[in-house]
Amino acid sequence: MEELSTAYSAKDFKSDQYVRWCPGCGDHSIVNALQKAMAEIAIPPHRVAVISGIGCSSRLPYYMKSYGFHTIHGRGAAIATGVKVAKPELCVWQITGDGDCLAIGGNHFIHSVRRNIDINVLLFNNRIYGLTKGQYSPTTQQGAITKSSPFGTIERPFRPAELAFGARGSFFARALDVDMKSAQAVMTAAARHKGTSVVEMLVNCVIFNNGTHNWISEKEFRSERSILLEDGKPMIFGKDRDRGLVLDGLKLRAVRLGEGGVSEKDLLVHDARCEDSTLHRMLAMMEGPDLPIAFGVIRSVETESYDEALVKQIAEVQSRTSIRNFDALVDSCEHWEL
Amino acid sequence: MDSNRYKQMEHVVIRFSGDSGDGMQLTGTLFSNISAVLGNEISTFPDFPAEIRAPQGTLSGVSGFQVHLGSERINTPGDEADVLIAMNPAALKVNAKGVKRDGVIIFDTDSFEKSDLEKALFKTTDPFEELGIPQSVQLIPIALSKLTKDSLEGFGLDNKSVLRSKNMFALGVICWLFNKPVDWALHFLENKFKKKESLLHANAKVLTDGYNYGHNLHLAVSTYRVEHSDNLPAGTYTSINGNKATAWGLIAAAEKAGLELFLGSYPITPASDIMHELALRKDVGVKVMQAEDEIAGISTAIGASFAGALAATSTSGPGLALKAEAIGLAVMAELPLVIVDVMRGGPSTGLPTKTEQTDLNQALYGRNGESPLVVMAADTPASCFHYAFMAAKIALEHMTPVILLTDSFIGNGTSLWKLPKIKDLPEIKPHYAGSELKGAYHVMKRNEETKIRYWSIPGNEGFEHRNGGLEKDYNSGAISTDPTNHGKMVETRRQKVENIADSLPLLEVEGNPDADVLLVGWGSVYGHLIDAAARANKKGFKVALLHFNYIQPLPCNTQQILETYKAKKIVVCELNNGQFAAYLKSKTRGIDFMQYNKVEGQPFTVSEIVDYIEKIS
Repeated sequence: MEELSTAYSAKDFKSDQYVRWCPGCGDHSIVNALQKAMAEIAIPPHRVAVISGIGCSSRLPYYMKSYGFHTIHGRGAAIATGVKVAKPELCVWQITGDGDCLAIGGNHFIHSVRRNIDINVLLFNNRIYGLTKGQYSPTTQQGAITKSSPFGTIERPFRPAELAFGARGSFFARALDVDMKSAQAVMTAAARHKGTSVVEMLVNCVIFNNGTHNWISEKEFRSERSILLEDGKPMIFGKDRDRGLVLDGLKLRAVRLGEGGVSEKDLLVHDARCEDSTLHRMLAMMEGPDLPIAFGVIRSVETESYDEALVKQIAEVQSRTSIRNFDALVDSCEHWEL
Repeated sequence: MDSNRYKQMEHVVIRFSGDSGDGMQLTGTLFSNISAVLGNEISTFPDFPAEIRAPQGTLSGVSGFQVHLGSERINTPGDEADVLIAMNPAALKVNAKGVKRDGVIIFDTDSFEKSDLEKALFKTTDPFEELGIPQSVQLIPIALSKLTKDSLEGFGLDNKSVLRSKNMFALGVICWLFNKPVDWALHFLENKFKKKESLLHANAKVLTDGYNYGHNLHLAVSTYRVEHSDNLPAGTYTSINGNKATAWGLIAAAEKAGLELFLGSYPITPASDIMHELALRKDVGVKVMQAEDEIAGISTAIGASFAGALAATSTSGPGLALKAEAIGLAVMAELPLVIVDVMRGGPSTGLPTKTEQTDLNQALYGRNGESPLVVMAADTPASCFHYAFMAAKIALEHMTPVILLTDSFIGNGTSLWKLPKIKDLPEIKPHYAGSELKGAYHVMKRNEETKIRYWSIPGNEGFEHRNGGLEKDYNSGAISTDPTNHGKMVETRRQKVENIADSLPLLEVEGNPDADVLLVGWGSVYGHLIDAAARANKKGFKVALLHFNYIQPLPCNTQQILETYKAKKIVVCELNNGQFAAYLKSKTRGIDFMQYNKVEGQPFTVSEIVDYIEKIS
């Protein structure tokens, strides 16, 4: 995104609409973080388009004082794609949830990632269908009891990161609803990345899936159970910053600095820009209790976006033809006088 | 040449038929173009198999191309053939019934060996006898393969390439048979084989030899002469198929409206050629996305429309079904969008390469909720240009999705098209929110008289808004579930579409104004109905045609005209089980409609309609 000099504040991105999410819902803090991220990037509100599908999260466009489009279930990725391709100068956000993005919209999700459309996807993952009142979603943990799985789900859940990497994604980040500062940071990074930026937001649903992310969202344990990855920095975590990650054969392992002679130089250094996504995938897939959950920008690889490539191809074709308008086009076809 | 042996014809039908690898589409296209250049009116219709490469010589692999040319107005590709070119026994078998009693069959004797006959499931060695082809049909056996080989001796081409040129020998013979000099054929070949000089020379040689061969046959066969047409207004012409004309109509509309054209589409027979043509047109800046599915095709288009492009999606029946929910979004968000449905045989996968008009109900009613939009239909290949242009104009000026119905028959068929100039096309003025609305704008702000919503495009400061599929408040554009407001919005959307009728051309009756029988048609049946009316009038019946291109809303004088014929027979003729008839019944008062329907994956024939007129008169 081109950075503009005018200063904006989060207020400039707040609409006059009453926010209708449940009190205590994680979505509140995400919209605040997004408004702050937009102000930080200093893009004028009229150049921002926020596109959503259907679900609790998809109400977000109403709360942004920008251009917004609350569309139909699952199609947000395709509609956002059309917006970006038709008007590349816009900063386009797709707001979606685990049902909207990974169930009904799964096909559009993987294809927008594959094409590397320059959109920013905020995937609100609360592992439940909230708006339809509590059915299991594609990310609900196996065995969970929900309205539509009264005896526990027998389905294996998706991991959004795995899908994004499987679709050859160029950007993947993760943040937690209760950690607004790092949420804002990954949103800013997502907006600046050219290509599809997938940001998985771990969100709590106070009504239907309360505490689903408690293992890491409880403040007292968070620093022990999660790691904030920073490009170029060693992978260190823990309350006392005394733990780190090393590669042990083909597996990641958490170590304690000083134990068994391990020092900081033995730790892995995060390289978000590495083409090969193998390690990114391993980091994104980490889970407790042995490994911390990864947050921050896990992968950010610069590669040409679809919308850029299309503009380039059009310019290239136009540079070697004299046909530039309808009259010339008609004139170029086989024709005769009668 | 002996002039006594000319058959002077006002119009003539030629059917090229062979294996799908025999190059019949190219041969037919070349011949129709030559005829058009020499002043004939033309209409063509390709009839190809669903299989890409069916087993050689089998019935399922037969590919046909019919050309109708004339010195008078030509409205259809014709019913039965005056001349059939059968490249193999399978082609003969598939087309035998479609040859006139006094017709001519030219066939390749080299492809009528015993094994060829067996592949086409003939039981005897005399296919003509077996098919019951009347003695009155004249047979012209030509050893096409051998003659082509002789012609290309010394060219150093492999056997396969040599045999692939035999369609050019046939074309040469046909050019001679119809008194068409081969110069234009050679010219067209030059353009086609620009980059393959050796193939150009080979094809040109075979073509010329075919023509000369015919010339030496002339004592045995009479030739045809079809004078050039005096009906056509002077101008520059090309022959164009409906899918290409549709693509170009959208291109012209975008330029006229000062917008970028965006197409989101997914491959589907028989509509893909619209996407192919627009994908080629990066020169004029068209953005085409081949989406991951039909839903994404229309969804990307809706996104592009939201972002301020002239957006379109192209599909056929099964694809339209998948797009239904998204069309509803475009209705609700009141965004301009052109949805082209090139209809084919249904339901389900149905008959993908065949033609039908069975998607009308789907276009009119195939969505949840009260969901009015514009439905219109093109009637000839060339008219697809005009109606695609008008579909875009209506969408942009009235802020509504428009479904344009064409079909396999006119989408793949060709007719003559007088090339337009952009300056002669109607203006298109998108219904933008003007600067006077800055600050006072909301997403549902509309012209109170016409009910048309104002379009504001992302990027414009002071016009930020949130659109979407939820019901919105009439006065503020905020989402609303208020009962009275919903009623008002439903009525507003209906009224907006109804108001479009005021800008539509009035219906006119063609044919005998004192008709006892009024044929009523819509879309691609126009050519057959107008010809049937003319032929029936010649026979002494009194027949007229009322033809519809605008279906929703109907033109303003629909009730008035139909009332004029209230006491007469009004017959709605369509390639479905009566969808338009039922719609007309629901939209008119006190009119009785008869129906003439056919659902066989094929267009009407003129003669079957004339027979029907005789029967009911």
